[in-house]
Amino acid sequence: MSVLSTLAEYLSHSSVRNALIVATLIALCASLLGTTIVLKRLSFIGDGLSHVAFGALCIATVLSISEKMFLVLPVTVLVAIILMGGNDNKRIKGDAAIAMLSVGALALGYLLLNIFPNAKTGNVSGDVCSTLFGSTSILTLSDADVIMCIVLSISVVLFFVVFYNRIFSVTFDENFASATGIRCNLYRLLISVIIAVVIVLSMQLVGSLLISALIVFPVLSAERIFRSFFSVVLSSGVIGIFCAFTGIIASILFSTPTGATVVCVNVLVFAICVVVGKIIRKG
Amino acid sequence: MAQIKGTDVSVGYEKRIVAGGINFEINEGDYLYIVGENGSGKSTFMKCVLGLEKPVSGSIVYGDGLKQKEIGYLPQQSYIQRDFPATVSEIVISGCLNKLGFRPFFGKKEKERAKEAMEKLEITDLAKRSYPELSGGQQQRVLLARALCATGKVLLLDEPVAGLDPYAQEQLYTLIYRINKEEKITIIMVSHDLEAAKKYATHILHIGGEKCVFCTKHEFIKENGGCLF
Repeated sequence: MSVLSTLAEYLSHSSVRNALIVATLIALCASLLGTTIVLKRLSFIGDGLSHVAFGALCIATVLSISEKMFLVLPVTVLVAIILMGGNDNKRIKGDAAIAMLSVGALALGYLLLNIFPNAKTGNVSGDVCSTLFGSTSILTLSDADVIMCIVLSISVVLFFVVFYNRIFSVTFDENFASATGIRCNLYRLLISVIIAVVIVLSMQLVGSLLISALIVFPVLSAERIFRSFFSVVLSSGVIGIFCAFTGIIASILFSTPTGATVVCVNVLVFAICVVVGKIIRKG
Repeated sequence: MAQIKGTDVSVGYEKRIVAGGINFEINEGDYLYIVGENGSGKSTFMKCVLGLEKPVSGSIVYGDGLKQKEIGYLPQQSYIQRDFPATVSEIVISGCLNKLGFRPFFGKKEKERAKEAMEKLEITDLAKRSYPELSGGQQQRVLLARALCATGKVLLLDEPVAGLDPYAQEQLYTLIYRINKEEKITIIMVSHDLEAAKKYATHILHIGGEKCVFCTKHEFIKENGGCLF
């Protein structure tokens, strides 16, 4: 009973409710996009982009830009477009480039923070730690943040619904799609911009090191059990929401770090899905 | 006017020409085999015909009212597809995408078209099955059904029987031949299989080197006994 009453008490705070709303929405967007990223074998792009976003954030901090998003967002979008450009056949060799870029950005960001400490970054290691692993800033969201997040998530979900058939075609077989007159480049561009936006947004939830977990885990879990594209997309969204929700509740109840808890719930669900999938195949 | 006509086409990678002097003319209902050694530029040539790549020089023009959106294509299988979670019907209907225009979802017409394509390729009973679980021959028939959804005029096939067992090969050839004869759909196929070429083709295009040869099957057999390599 004491657990439930603690929970009820926490939920009476608007900040906790806001955090829950934002977290589940971001997780939903990430897991939807994750289906095309993972199935196209681009999982590392999510990882690479989040490190680039970290690098950009460090530069913004050093330059003492008050609205850091104005620098971080354009930089990440630009890199996303560059990385996702080119068609399937050319992109395969890009994994080394992504690895290079992602560690490069990470190193540069940290280096800059250390060389040019300013009043705001007095506590370098604490700062870096919270950007990398997520911070409690998810609990101090303003109403404007929440509204922006809601609007954005609705747009992402709408995009996914309206373009569902095209996304399927571009994900499954780009060669065929463009040969039959589908404008693959346009859709790839749209998808990369949205991925960049979602990654930058979710940095405040789980931090830049753990973002790719939100993108890859739900779809991988769904893939263990389901066999059609539609059911994988749908269940991946559901799993994403479930994990973010339970993860945040758990982190509040046991006072554990939010981002890490959410990711661990994802890992747990994946393990369960592997087992369930094996049982279904056998049966 | 021919459906597809190529004049002095040369294809290659990064400006380096691997095959040149290609002149050809394809009319409705033709069955063209494109033969040549590995790396001779067959697939690249195919991509030029599809408009996915530009030829290094020369021109390929569509005639007879043929539009880009009316071409069906069976690409070589990519590694992504081998364990892609999708059902047969999802894949087949995705071929109708170029008929949608600005509509977001498939309607009755597209569903009907996909159903017909599946019937033609005898995969109706596989409709709810998952693509990675199918055999190689079944997978090719699924992709062929998808290509059929995309076109009523021209079908381009890039080594459709590669990696299939002889029985599945024969089955696929028969299906393609039937589509060619019954639906009057033009077939353009890249293949290594000269025996099949002699059996089914109306025209043969040999690609490789400076001078590529385009001729009817009978000329081809008469000139070199159907033996190229």
